[in-house]
Amino acid sequence: MNKTGMVHAIRRILLILVLIIPSYAFAGVQEFMLENGLKVIFIEDHKIPIANFQIWYKVGGIDEPAGKSGISHFLEHMMFKGTPNYGSKVFSNMIQKKGGMDNAFTTMDYTMYFQKLPSSEIQLSIDLESDRMKNLLLNQADLDAERSVVMEERRMRYEDDPKNILREEVAAAAIKVQAYRKPVIGWMEEIAAITRADMAEHYGIYYSPDNAFIIISGDVNPAELMPVIRKKFGVIPPAGAKIKRLKTVEPPQRGERIVYRDSETAEVPSIVIAYHVPRFPDKDSNALDILSSILSGGKSSRLYKRLVYEKRIALSVNADYEGINRDPYLFSVEATAAPGKDIKDVEKELLDEIAAISAQPPTKEEVQKAKNQVESGFVFARDSSFAEALYTGMFEIIGGWKLRDLYLEGIRKVTPEEVSDVARRYLTRENRTTGYLVPKKAGK
Amino acid sequence: MYKKITIMTLFMLSLALVLSMPFAAHALDFKKERLANGLTLIHVERHELPIVMATLLIKASPLQEDGTKAGTAYLTAKMLSEGTAKRKSADISEQIEFMGASLDTSVNDDYTTVSLAVLKKDVETGFDLFSDIVLHPAFSMEELTRRKTLLAGSLKKRQEEPSFIAGRELIKNLFGDFSYGRAVEGSIESIEKISRLDIINFYDANYRPDNAILVVVGDLGKDELAQLMTRFFSPWQAAKKQTVQQKPVQAKLTAYNQPRIEVIDKDVSQANIVMGRMGISRDNPDYYAVQVMNYIFGGGGFASRLMKTVRDEMGLTYSINSFFASTLYPGRFEIDVQTKNESADLVIKETLKQVRKMRTDGVTDGELADAKDYMIGSFLRRIETSKKIVDFMAAVEFYKLGGDYIERYREYISKVTKEDVSRMAKKYLSDEDLLIIVVGNKKKMKL
Repeated sequence: MNKTGMVHAIRRILLILVLIIPSYAFAGVQEFMLENGLKVIFIEDHKIPIANFQIWYKVGGIDEPAGKSGISHFLEHMMFKGTPNYGSKVFSNMIQKKGGMDNAFTTMDYTMYFQKLPSSEIQLSIDLESDRMKNLLLNQADLDAERSVVMEERRMRYEDDPKNILREEVAAAAIKVQAYRKPVIGWMEEIAAITRADMAEHYGIYYSPDNAFIIISGDVNPAELMPVIRKKFGVIPPAGAKIKRLKTVEPPQRGERIVYRDSETAEVPSIVIAYHVPRFPDKDSNALDILSSILSGGKSSRLYKRLVYEKRIALSVNADYEGINRDPYLFSVEATAAPGKDIKDVEKELLDEIAAISAQPPTKEEVQKAKNQVESGFVFARDSSFAEALYTGMFEIIGGWKLRDLYLEGIRKVTPEEVSDVARRYLTRENRTTGYLVPKKAGK
Repeated sequence: MYKKITIMTLFMLSLALVLSMPFAAHALDFKKERLANGLTLIHVERHELPIVMATLLIKASPLQEDGTKAGTAYLTAKMLSEGTAKRKSADISEQIEFMGASLDTSVNDDYTTVSLAVLKKDVETGFDLFSDIVLHPAFSMEELTRRKTLLAGSLKKRQEEPSFIAGRELIKNLFGDFSYGRAVEGSIESIEKISRLDIINFYDANYRPDNAILVVVGDLGKDELAQLMTRFFSPWQAAKKQTVQQKPVQAKLTAYNQPRIEVIDKDVSQANIVMGRMGISRDNPDYYAVQVMNYIFGGGGFASRLMKTVRDEMGLTYSINSFFASTLYPGRFEIDVQTKNESADLVIKETLKQVRKMRTDGVTDGELADAKDYMIGSFLRRIETSKKIVDFMAAVEFYKLGGDYIERYREYISKVTKEDVSRMAKKYLSDEDLLIIVVGNKKKMKL
């Protein structure tokens, strides 16, 4: 290669070599950018000759037009139904023949496809993923058969799972405007109505190199793989201005909302209480994370000790805050009553504990325990090159994988007063939506 | 984030279960020794990360419990972390969780495991707690009552799950009074009968160093581990008073001479269908040929015949799979599928058709080659992480698969022929003695 060619190559691929992060959070990461906007992130880990290929598309429930809930997830299914080059399910069969496994999942914010393979076979992922980024068939017959499969999936995960159906009701009641009000899998009636044209349009807009990034982790060599990636993915044109982002803002909630969901199958009642909260990297986000951990991170947490261990009125209890999102979402607290116990008593205990932590800051030890759990979680995640790539990707989706350092720094700084303060400001009656699962057998 | 990592681990484990099996011998260096107190110790050094994983496998399961008090093995394991001679239940969870570590117990049909995951800097405290709950559990009356109430409540809640009801009915019919015929957790009725003395007697009889395997993987050198063992596990001695171990009773094979269908009415949107019959034990010489056959039939994810026909072509289900639970004694062969009530009949017919086709037509050269390539190629993934290694090594030792198992696996799979696969299908995939349990809405199902 002559000198001009080399300079050109260097310009074409922006290489950022990041040194090992001072903490033990993550190992070295290398990042490359193709001209068409596709970012490629490598996380080398040579413990064992296995490699993970993950391709993340920035499209999920949040990007779906009205009346088309579930289209992102449905499209994820269709991505396994073949291209002119490789027929339906040929992708998975080829990966499995090499001893690998592949799958995909869709969230509110993104759709992620992954393969795990012996590292010598990783080029297969590059071939197949670059092919289906631009050449998807979307046959009508395949679409019809797969629609039935998606409906069966919805029946299995939601219709026949009382707790999930309650969570779905609560999100829909708590959120009036913003797209997170819909389930990722979609409403049954809307899954039924999605057409091939809808699907082709969704695919055309969001499945493009400038709306995606690749993470390759494990026993791989970036210098060997980048030329292949450039050759296969570099030729796919960007979508540019075609990429649509629906901007919705949820108006503030001005009073408690209550929703009941009757269930034919539930044996015991459950409750879900949800509050609107900001997302990471809002200044309150880290304190909300610590708050959820103090409330329900393990058997020594406040809610477990109070409701399950001491009062014995609940079978299980959980507080959940997911701040790594593209838009603000919910902080939720949920519990399942023990047989014969009144859900109203369970609710009172949950609210009493929330009132207690709002009034009085937790102890330094409680806060330190929550921080230790976050830090060790990051270290244990590195046991698996898949998990390491996954956490990197979750931060990349919301603005850049380096945010994970900001996240850890933020966690380390949280004070007991800040935990109490976020509880007092967000976990309020007027910001609350309460959902009750009512077993039909027992009567209300 | 911590909670998400836990969820992720579960997610990955479930993927591993669905698609497990798998590459060339990547030797794993381990040291095995028998300590003075009879404990078998297996050590794998991995210094890339500052973490230590340890799994203690105890040969204690429902196999050794009194069947009228089903759940004794499970409750004994769960009671370990509910207080010791010097620590209260709350102190144990507080100390473990303060380190961001985990200390969990689980029980399956064949054995109990106690698993520690801890950062290297906390390994001493971790081993202290780990050995304390195994060597000195208090089994206090108050904690036992609390645990039993919680367990009874969870079992009541599980009645919500049609797959749980169907699975429970299947094993009860296949194994009768044998321990594989019931849930390891026992039942609401059986756990009520378990006394503190029953727990203590079960513990004394089975929780012995000469009846256990300890696997330690991670950032620990030989001498460091030796010191930890001396300090924390050398005091472990078998109880002086040992109760006699019960002899497991062998299940008898039932011949129905045609598929037998049992329907359980439940107001759900999907019929949950489980089909099963007796399968094989882990030490059965047919094991590897059976695994290859089952991969092609229903175990191979998207590559399996059941998935290709019932999901891909017919669109009748999200998931259909089959497996052989290859346990210490012959376990079950099982097919699991869910479909909307209205198509239950069609799914059963198609599945039975695939069973017959497998028995009469055998498999193609291509299918056989694909299955073997997958099983050999994916083997490495079973020992990919420290967490996987620790559980894998414990199972290899328990089922006596041999110190050269990793090296020999390729050979075990390579030598399976098309004829072997046909023979396995004829021997183990009968449609005549399949028991079919369907939990669904009776009015909507055409059964």
